[in-house]
Amino acid sequence: MEAVGNKISVGEKPPGVEGTGFFATSLEKVVGMARKNSIWPLPFATSCCGIEFMATMGAHYDLARFGSERLSFSPRQADLLMVMGTIAKKMGPVLRQVYEQMAEPRWVLSVGACASSGGIFDTYSVLQGIDRIIPVDVYVPGCPPRPEQIIDGVMKIQQLVETESLRRRDSPEYKAMLNKYGIQ
Amino acid sequence: MFDPADENVIAILREKYEDQVLLTEKHYDFLTITLKEDKIIEVIQHLRDHEGTKFQFLTTLCGIHHPEQGQIAVMYQLHNMYNNSRIRLKIYLPQEKPVAPTLTGVFAGANWMERETYDFFGVVFEGHPDLRRILNVDEMTIFPMRKEYPLEDQTREDKRDEMFGR
Repeated sequence: MEAVGNKISVGEKPPGVEGTGFFATSLEKVVGMARKNSIWPLPFATSCCGIEFMATMGAHYDLARFGSERLSFSPRQADLLMVMGTIAKKMGPVLRQVYEQMAEPRWVLSVGACASSGGIFDTYSVLQGIDRIIPVDVYVPGCPPRPEQIIDGVMKIQQLVETESLRRRDSPEYKAMLNKYGIQ
Repeated sequence: MFDPADENVIAILREKYEDQVLLTEKHYDFLTITLKEDKIIEVIQHLRDHEGTKFQFLTTLCGIHHPEQGQIAVMYQLHNMYNNSRIRLKIYLPQEKPVAPTLTGVFAGANWMERETYDFFGVVFEGHPDLRRILNVDEMTIFPMRKEYPLEDQTREDKRDEMFGR
């Protein structure tokens, strides 16, 4: 019979040089690995996708397995803005302010058809996708998406967090992208 | 068509405001009276204060657009809580210039309802203490529930006809 201990998997270590008593790799990779496994999400839940998120946080699906069990209800401490649900045009400035209050580096996950494109609400009062007011990193399709899909989205975010260059947020491309949204 | 309670309300209304009543009808078991718009506030106050009617609660108030008639109606729904009877009053305004007197002097609760009616239909309630948009964004330039304005958001580029086989 296989020993229980063998079933525990340890996260892969980044590429580097290993010897007796030391392991050398680049700082960027270490920081990326640390950030990836301790993302603090800010749930901006406005409708049914928010209900799916509750299931995602619950014991059955458990986002804690990805190091994201600590939700931050202050944008200033959050790393990831999870927008889940229909955003009315009147809510637009509020969402934008929440995004602006977040400290760099920050990521945005757009969960569900409504947040991504307005969904079925093609109407004068609903914002036709949050990417009209804030930049979005990952879109999760679905109406509403299943918890597995939300987890998949979070894992895509993790991938971005892990591989992001430490200097990306200082780059002129990034600043130009923010400027496009009128955020300086 | 009318039951005795309805007849009573109509009689009380006609007794004082015979010239104001344009039409009395019953829709879906609901007494509906169409009135001229100039004395509507007086009429509602009369129905509220009269011993025989006691319509002391304003359930709702809203606009209705009739583009084929070029008119915007304002509907008032009143409730008599003593005997649980309801009444619906309607006035018709021209859609080019829909102006109605405010009901806020009679029912303070009409304040937000009139703001909503202004927001969606552009009905101007003269004498309203704070007539501005209530539900839509302040920057909105249209009155979205009027039929001449399309429901859909007009800024979408991804809804081209070919994608829907049109």
